Amino acid sequence: MLSVVTFLPLLVCAVLLLLPRTLPDRAYLWIWTGTAAAELALVVAVWAGFEAGAGMRYEERVRWIPGAGVGYHVGVDGLSLPLVALTCLLFLAVAIFSLRERRRVRAYVCLFLFLQTVCVGLFVALDLILFFVYFDLSIVGMFFVIAGWGHGERARAAALKFFLYTFTGSLALLLGFIGLYLAADPHTFDIVDLTRSNPLAGRGTYAGLVLLAIGAGLAVKTPTVPFHTWLPPAHTDAPATGSAILAGVLLKMGTYGFVRIAMPLLPGSWRHYALVIVVVGAVSVVYGALVALAQTDFKRMIAYTSVNHMGYVVLAVGAAGTLAGTDAQARSLAVTGAVTQMVSHGLITGALFLLTGVLYDRGRTYAMDAYSGLAAHTPRFAAVTAVAAFAALGIPGFSGFIAEFQIFTGSLASQTIATAVALTGIVITAALFLTALRRVFLGTPRLPGAMPAGGVADLRGTEAWPTVILLAVALVIGVAPRWLLDVIEPAGRTLTGLVAR
Amino acid sequence: MNQNLTALIPELALLGAAVIGLLTGSWLPRRRQWIVAALAATACTAGLTATAVTMATGREQTVFSAAFAVDTATGIGRLTVLTALLLVIGMSVETVRNHPRETEYWVLLLMSGAGTLAMTGANDLLMLFAGYLLASVPAYALAAFAKDARGTEAALKYYLLGALLGTTMLAGTALLYGAGHATGYGGLNRALPGAGYGLVAVSLVGVLAGLFFKIGAVPAHFWVPDVSDGALAPVAAYVTTLPKIGGLIAAYRLLHQALAGTDVNWPLLLAVVAAATMTLGNLAAFFQTSVKRLLAYSTISQVGYLLMAPAVATRSELAQQSLLFYLAAYTVTNLGAFAVVTELPRARSLADYRGLARSRPGLAAVLVVCLLGLVGTPPTGVFLGKLEVFSASVDGGHTWLAALAVANTVASLFYYLRWLGPLFVTADAAPAAAHAVLGRSAAVTAYVAAALSLALGLAGQAVLTLADDPLLP
Repeated sequence: MLSVVTFLPLLVCAVLLLLPRTLPDRAYLWIWTGTAAAELALVVAVWAGFEAGAGMRYEERVRWIPGAGVGYHVGVDGLSLPLVALTCLLFLAVAIFSLRERRRVRAYVCLFLFLQTVCVGLFVALDLILFFVYFDLSIVGMFFVIAGWGHGERARAAALKFFLYTFTGSLALLLGFIGLYLAADPHTFDIVDLTRSNPLAGRGTYAGLVLLAIGAGLAVKTPTVPFHTWLPPAHTDAPATGSAILAGVLLKMGTYGFVRIAMPLLPGSWRHYALVIVVVGAVSVVYGALVALAQTDFKRMIAYTSVNHMGYVVLAVGAAGTLAGTDAQARSLAVTGAVTQMVSHGLITGALFLLTGVLYDRGRTYAMDAYSGLAAHTPRFAAVTAVAAFAALGIPGFSGFIAEFQIFTGSLASQTIATAVALTGIVITAALFLTALRRVFLGTPRLPGAMPAGGVADLRGTEAWPTVILLAVALVIGVAPRWLLDVIEPAGRTLTGLVAR
Repeated sequence: MNQNLTALIPELALLGAAVIGLLTGSWLPRRRQWIVAALAATACTAGLTATAVTMATGREQTVFSAAFAVDTATGIGRLTVLTALLLVIGMSVETVRNHPRETEYWVLLLMSGAGTLAMTGANDLLMLFAGYLLASVPAYALAAFAKDARGTEAALKYYLLGALLGTTMLAGTALLYGAGHATGYGGLNRALPGAGYGLVAVSLVGVLAGLFFKIGAVPAHFWVPDVSDGALAPVAAYVTTLPKIGGLIAAYRLLHQALAGTDVNWPLLLAVVAAATMTLGNLAAFFQTSVKRLLAYSTISQVGYLLMAPAVATRSELAQQSLLFYLAAYTVTNLGAFAVVTELPRARSLADYRGLARSRPGLAAVLVVCLLGLVGTPPTGVFLGKLEVFSASVDGGHTWLAALAVANTVASLFYYLRWLGPLFVTADAAPAAAHAVLGRSAAVTAYVAAALSLALGLAGQAVLTLADDPLLP
């Protein structure tokens, strides 16, 4: 079942490539949307049949390269299923949003189908090398998205920077994986087996180095301060759909790696260095928010808020590794909050990046100073953006509030100072989002350059639907979160149990 | 003494085809000389079949006083060399078609291939040196095959360096014989632990010098960029790929079989050479604008990664399978990239590749697979090879070397992307003339090589299983 979910987009991609080139562009786009919808339906089916608290479900295990300790092993639990669902929802939203795309559609559609396989594959992978394969291929796919459909010559530079940075991170990750592989007896890359045997227990420096390699690799992808410098150019110069996938899904690969690999496979070192992780998280929160506050470019600002939001996740997983002065329930709450935050950030930031695409489409610039009083021309666009901005700053009623509330409640007891510092991040994000809304949407109506003030189009159907759907799901989670939390919580408890070993 | 000639069918097939080809070629009219190419391909296929039968039926043995070992390493080496020869033949067809010396080209290719095979199985220093000469001398002639100024200069440089280091190798062989009173690896293994440290160290460096020249490792790498750039593209593909198979397996076998017991610290020597080779190759590749020179420096850096395996020959059980697998994966991937270069003779610089993805999507796809493969991006074969080599290196206690190799891999990304980037440029593409293709044969070779590279990554288990058996004494 999971293999079907994983490889269906790739299969469609292969079929599209084999079809004659005479197929009209619209056909490609509709086939893509259909595939993305089918994927979502499959995930809903998986979710319906999912039994929370029973550990790994839908496991498939096939011998692949046993000579190198590599196997094809997939499965989902409460940590990965929400992310798989998020991936499929976000790709559907992006597919609908792209229905108006006219530039080299065939390659564009195939690239996104390929990326979907890679993203889903990563979240269901239960083998380190399988995980790494998808991790690396996601970089390759996103490189071509940014270089091919981004904003001109700058995009190619941004794509190169993105590739070099994240690829460096992935290789550090690979070294860490090799360290784990060699420590296990018999040598294996299987995550489940490694979790069970905990091969680096009591290995001191060696375990610390492995954690350093894995942590650095994941930190680049997440990204946390100081490894975040690739993110602003990559986001700013990517097309809106690329940014949505990059922020919504690809950043989650880093944080997901923490809960899937770093924490359960290296519990001793994780506990030992928990404070470092907490500090990195808290710094990311505040630094990301402050730098975002200083931006004049709307898209760049949202990119920096990602550093801030991912900082909350790092803070929570770090706090979950602090055993002293905290009970198991608080740590489990922090982990649940972290996973909820990944989902929430994907939904809300995905929507926000799509909306920046709309802004760019109308005014050909992201500079906030170029716009003013846009709400007068485009009331629907202004309303949806305002809702997304409020959701992003963590207003109650949206998923972000639920996630951040859990993170802070779970972390406060064990890491009081760091959590208190991180709390200021919320205030700063509130300030920056409100400022941005005021600058762009309120005041005297003004548009950049020679654009006719009366002729600017409001949100179209293909732009409204995907963003509204994403925000609606964020709202549902914010109002009635139990269906999501019931899936995450048992897995969170299992994870904290593993870390406490 | 085991004098079973059937154990040497692949080598004899190549030599036989070379002799018959030379005789036939002298009588054939110019436009029928393709018959010799067909003969060469047939010999390779026969060799592949014989190797497959040998490996499937477990007829591993040593022949002629254990001077030649037919074991796992030889088997995989033969498969790789013969497949590579077939690919080189495939990409050469259009380049030398109706050439006045077409027959000579195929014959030289066969002879040099036979020499490489001899090095692969050499279990004796004299056998190794004979293989070295047989592999090298025809290659010098091949480098100058075009008879133009650049080719001649390249061949001269290749020859002089080869002669110098070949002599060094012979001197090393003589010294090692003096130290161990034997030329067979088995005898050396028994005698060397008792021999003088300095003598063994010096003689080993001498023998390795020749092998380093063959594989193009630092400090014997100077010929690689010149020959790659000056010679015909298929010849460049040949000299940057096949000698590595022979040289590296020979080095591995020598170190593992003959020097396992000595206290000469050759693991460190090899590790340092590996480190220097990968770093220097990468740094030199950074700002190359000629694709052939870029590929030449890229192959130098790949030798650095490959040398990580012999460096831990006796320290990690993963060393052998990682070396053999990486060699196979590297060979097809590198030949794939060179096949594209051959297919596009007018595209010499990186700028000439602008917009190739639009004008020749198939060839661009091959380049994406092969260049990302050389970086080590999954799921290509080289990724699995690198994974294995890194694992072996960490396992053998050279963690610093693995870390350096990772850093180098990242650095290498830069120049491979400098080539890949222009492929997808849409504005101001290179003139259509730059993307003129040579013919079908080179293109098919490129596709086959890229497919093999991917297949090795996805189904590498088969090769890894084969490569796991121990060497014969």
